[in-house]
This record gives sequence, structure tokens and C-alpha cells, in this order.
Amino acid sequence: MKIVLKNVNLLNPEQKLNEKNVSVLIEDGKFKKIGKLSDAETKDAKVYELSGKYLVPGLFDMHVHLREPGREDEETVVTGCNAAASGGFTGIACMPNTDPAIDSAEVVTLILKQSAKHLVDVYPVGAATIGRKGEVLSPMAELKDAGVVGFSDDGVAIKTASILKRSLEYAKMFDIPIIEHCEDESLAGGAMNESINSTLLGLPPIPSVAEDLIVMRDILMAEYTDSKVHIAHISSKKSVEMVREAKKKGIKVTAEVAPHHFTLTDDAVKTYDPNVKMNPPLRTKADVEEIIKALKDSTIDCIASDHAPHSLEEKEMEFEYAPNGIIGLETQVGLAFTELYHKKVLTLDQMIEKLSINPRKILNLKVPQIKEGESADVAILDPDVIWTVDKTKFKSKSLNTPFDKRLLTGKSVGVINNCKMFIDGKFTEI
Amino acid sequence: MSLSSRHLLGLKDVPKEDIQLILDTATTFREVLERPIKKVPTLQGKTIVNLFYESSTRTRISFELAEKRLSADSINFAVSGSSVSKGETLKDTVKNIEAMKVDMIVVRHACAGVPLMLTKISNSNVINAGDGIHEHPTQALLDMYSIREKLGKLEGLKVCIVGDVAHSRVALSNIYGLKTMGAKVSVCGPSTMIPKFLDELGVNVIHNIDEAIQENDVLNVLRIQLERKAREYFPSIREYSQYFGIDRERLEKNGKDILILHPGPINRGVELSSEIADGSSQIILQQVTNGVAVRMAVLYLLGTLN
Repeated sequence: MKIVLKNVNLLNPEQKLNEKNVSVLIEDGKFKKIGKLSDAETKDAKVYELSGKYLVPGLFDMHVHLREPGREDEETVVTGCNAAASGGFTGIACMPNTDPAIDSAEVVTLILKQSAKHLVDVYPVGAATIGRKGEVLSPMAELKDAGVVGFSDDGVAIKTASILKRSLEYAKMFDIPIIEHCEDESLAGGAMNESINSTLLGLPPIPSVAEDLIVMRDILMAEYTDSKVHIAHISSKKSVEMVREAKKKGIKVTAEVAPHHFTLTDDAVKTYDPNVKMNPPLRTKADVEEIIKALKDSTIDCIASDHAPHSLEEKEMEFEYAPNGIIGLETQVGLAFTELYHKKVLTLDQMIEKLSINPRKILNLKVPQIKEGESADVAILDPDVIWTVDKTKFKSKSLNTPFDKRLLTGKSVGVINNCKMFIDGKFTEI
Repeated sequence: MSLSSRHLLGLKDVPKEDIQLILDTATTFREVLERPIKKVPTLQGKTIVNLFYESSTRTRISFELAEKRLSADSINFAVSGSSVSKGETLKDTVKNIEAMKVDMIVVRHACAGVPLMLTKISNSNVINAGDGIHEHPTQALLDMYSIREKLGKLEGLKVCIVGDVAHSRVALSNIYGLKTMGAKVSVCGPSTMIPKFLDELGVNVIHNIDEAIQENDVLNVLRIQLERKAREYFPSIREYSQYFGIDRERLEKNGKDILILHPGPINRGVELSSEIADGSSQIILQQVTNGVAVRMAVLYLLGTLN
């Protein structure tokens, strides 16, 4: 089958590609021709007029919680992938806090089997320790062979310094990063960031130093073992500053930020809406400002949603009882464009680096090329379209977002990967 | 005159006029409580639910009595023996109660924000009887009533809240209310029991109880919640009572007689010596009586709105 993407702008900083108003012929999922197309070439092709839109390497979200196995009522591999495609992503890494955890090749195989025929490529992150309990190392070699791209006890930090040290040493054999949820266990358990707002709202606080302590520990351990650590969902000013300094010293540390941590502050908790409860919690204006600065100066490598589906009844509970986390796959691009591109924090090139190229590099994955002969793995972005978030239209099985009804500028129009296309809310074979 | 809100969720944004109105109305009801027949027909035909998700003796009894004195029909919903143990969500419970056509809900819950949540799922007037470590507005109102009754005013008074401020819902409501009424508010307690950013509220923080006695007109001494997590925030009860407890010797040393309030129940020998508890008991027990009058005022003003 042939499709033509007409008058589209090509952008891939990895290839130093930046061309305006080009036509692209894709046949059987491969780039057949890029440039001027003759009538014969476009004959029988489905043509998409895309002037003003950008064709970029398919976006990649390296922090997604699929709830399969365990909580398929909240999200399955397939519904999570549908949400990813709808949000502009052709690849996701899924975190291991499933039930059972992704600590055996069998669970990896199950997830890969469920996603095998999908447009979206799924790369599981394996648990660093069995059951994410922080006691016994997971079978990392076997997990790697089964297909995992990172190791994490996500949801919690690796429990002790000694297990962290061994995890980093062992993972180093495969050049695979340890992805850390940075939170000191003894300071955890609160419901929101410790600030004047936690006092005013009477909610049990989580101090930002809980994050900072583990970021510091992990950076020191990455330096000591000369191994790779990736800081998940960084949220505090001090943590960002430590990552910046560590990078200057050449320590192998990378970091991601979730859209809610550069969009909202803990002022949002004043509504007691459980849809603003997440871990790490929303922080203060000073933290958000530092994150913005760190996105600009590349201290923060990439943007990742921390997509965390929860059932309606769980998120309708009392704020303190409700579980942490919000969904993010279908609002991430809109929030990033609104808050970062249109506010001139990041250029379009930098946006693509942070939403597509850098997360793949962190996980040692090939960056898709927009080149004749290559398989088409792309997203079509419209940076200027103004739209209103409508959670009832989400492909995700869950609805827990604080961004419903929010006006955003910029979104994904469609994606192409694995001989499939998602556009206008539907999947088609191409 | 009527209140500017149809709920009482906290004292944070309650204007001075509203507090004044509640305290003045309470004075009227306080007089009713001294009559041989202590009942008025004001809320006849109104149905009030006391929705208590957390055990409480005195607040619940005080509300119940206030409701009965106003001739309202009251229903008590307590955690034990209710559907909570069957795993029903708060939303479902409230919807069910509301389907029975109630007019007002008095709610106590271990989680902050529940009263606000109720206003979104129910059409009743909601009164916060204590939510987590957030607010307990009727307690602060009765404290202010008692201070005003004893000292004749609130404006310009110096009031210090003593003890576990961080885990107290009484403290925050008192801070808001007293500041609105023009009092100068400080807090005194071990630094582990004072929220980190409290000074941003314009509250002076001190850690020396003698200083607190010398510099204030009123001490509102909080209960150390020995049954809760509070126990982990100071080394020992012995040390707490030595450094923050108030006894006769300490008052004499500072050469000062000071008005002492306590929301009860008192840990005798911890935050207050028995001698002080009994010595000032006139006001501490007066607080309890005033509590009924203040709650009658709140119920009346909300129940007769519109």
C-alpha cells in the first residue's frame, strides 16, 4: 500500500535534517521516495496534505506504567499502546511495577507478545531486584536477553546502597542503565510536597530532601562504579543542581522530567483533587523554574510522562487515601509544546531531542531515520494547533488526569510505524 | 445578618463579620443553656447527620446536643457498624445519606479536605468537625468565644498556641480565626512539632515556654496526641513535660497569672499539671459549655440561610 505525505516539513536533528515543504512516498511501510513526486508515483496512493506540519522520528516515552499483568482493569499493554500512538509515540518503555513484577523472562515475553502486532514498540524495563524488594538481584542477563532495556525498582528506590552498588556493577556488563525512583524510604509516605501549602492544607508532607538524598547517593554510586544511572521524574531544584554538577564531572548520569513537574506547582493541590496527587509530588515555583532552566541547558535529557493509570473509584477517594500518579501519554506533547516550545524554552530541534532521540539513546535504541529505504517510524506534529483536552476521547483505559478541559497548543496529528498508521483517531494498515 | 458561605469548612477565608456574627449569636444561645428548659424550636424539621469517620466523644456529643437544643432531627453515623467496614466509598456513603433527604452534614474525618470534597458531591450544608491535621473551625470559634468572654475582647490580645502544632487541626483554625479578629498569634513547642514554613503565615515561632508565658495574655495548650504518631517527635514524655509542661511553679517563677485554654482531653502531668488543670478548670470546663453554644450558633446560622 502507498501513502503520500504532501508538503510536510522534515525534521530530524540526529540526521541534521531540516527541509521544508517536501513530499514523502511511503510504500509497504518504507520510505520509497522523498522529494518531488511524479503523478505516476502518487497514483493509487492515499494522499495526506500536511502543510505546516512536521515529520519527525517517532516519539519515545521512556516512563510508562502499563498495568498488565495485574491490573488490566486500569490499562492493558494494548490500550496503553493505543494511548501512546494517539499521543504521538511510536515507542515506549514500560516500568516493572506490575503484578507480578517484570523480574522474570516470562513476564517480559508476555508483554512483548501482547504488543507484537502493534504500531507502538514496547521495551520493558526489568526489575533491578526480585519483586522490586531490594534484596536479591533479578536475573539481569536473562532479562536482557528477553528484551529489557533498563533496570529499575520503580515506585521505590533500590533499597540499600549495597544492592544499588551491585545492581550498577552487574548492569554495567550490558551497558544498561539503572533507572531510579529517587526517594528516601524513611522520609516517604506523605501526601504532598512539604511547603507552606502542606501546612495550609493539613496534608502529611514529603520533603524534597527525600528525593535529593537518593539522587546524591545514586550519583556518588554511579561515579564509584563508573556505571550508568538514570534519574526518573526529577522534580526538585537541589536534585537538578546535583545532576548538573555530576554531568560536568563526566559522571554517567541522565535525567527525565514529567510534564506535570514543569507545568504545575503544589498550589494545584488546594483543590484536594486526587488527580494532582503523584510521587514525586508537585513542587514549588522555585523547583519548576530550575527544571525549566535544566531543560534548556540539557541537564535534563528527556521528557517522560510517568503515565500511571488508576481506576476511577481509586482516584475518587479521599486525597490521602488515593493512589499516586496520573496518566500522561495523550497530553505530554501538548503540554511540552505549550509550556516549552511556545514559551521559547526549547527550539523545535531540542523538543525532538527530548521527546524522541535522547530517551532512545539512554536506552541504547536506534534512532529512526527519515531516509529513502528506511522503515518509516515517524510522528506528524502540528506545533500550532490549539485544542482542548477531552479525557473522554482518550485511548487510555483510565481517566486520571488533572489536565482535562485545558487549552493546549501543539499536538501529534498521527504516527506511522511497523507498516501501520494512526491518524484521525484510527489505526490503518499501510 | 447572615453568613457569607453556606458551609463552614475552616476559618481560613471566613471574614471578620462572619466570625463576629457567630460569636454574638452564640452569646444568645449561651443564655438559653442557662434556662430551665434549654431548648428552642429554631431548627425544627431540619435533619442533620453527624458523619464521624474518626472516633470522637466530646465534639460529637457537643454537636449532638447543640442539634437537639435547636430541635433538629439528628442522626449519628459512626465508623463502627456502618458500611465503611464493608468497603463502601465515601462518595457512595454520602450519596446514600443524601438520598434520605438530609439538610446538613457535620463531618469528622482523618483525611484533610474531606469536608470540601463533600460540598462537591452533596447539596447539604457541610460543617467541618475536624479533618485530618487541617482545620477544626468550631473548636477555634469556641476558643475565641471563651477568650472574649473572659477578657472582653480579642483584638490586640497576644495568644500563644502551645504544643504539637504540626499534628493539630485546632492550631491552624485558631491561627486563622485569631488573626482575622486582630489578635497577635505565636506558637511554642519543640521544633519537630512546628511546621517548617509556619512563619510564612505571619506567626511568631518560639521554643521557650517561659518566654511564652511572659509575653502573652493567653495560652492555648494543645493536647499531645500520645496515641498518634506524635510520640516519635520528642524524646520522652518526661522531657516534654519538663520543658513544655505548665505547672504552678512555672507560672509563679514567671510571676504571672495567665489565661490557659485546653481543647481537652487533658494529659494530666504532661502538658498541664493537675493543679493547673483544676485551677483554670473554670475556663477549661467553660470552653465545653461554650462549645455547645457556639455550635448551636453555627448550625442555626447555616440552617436558616436562604
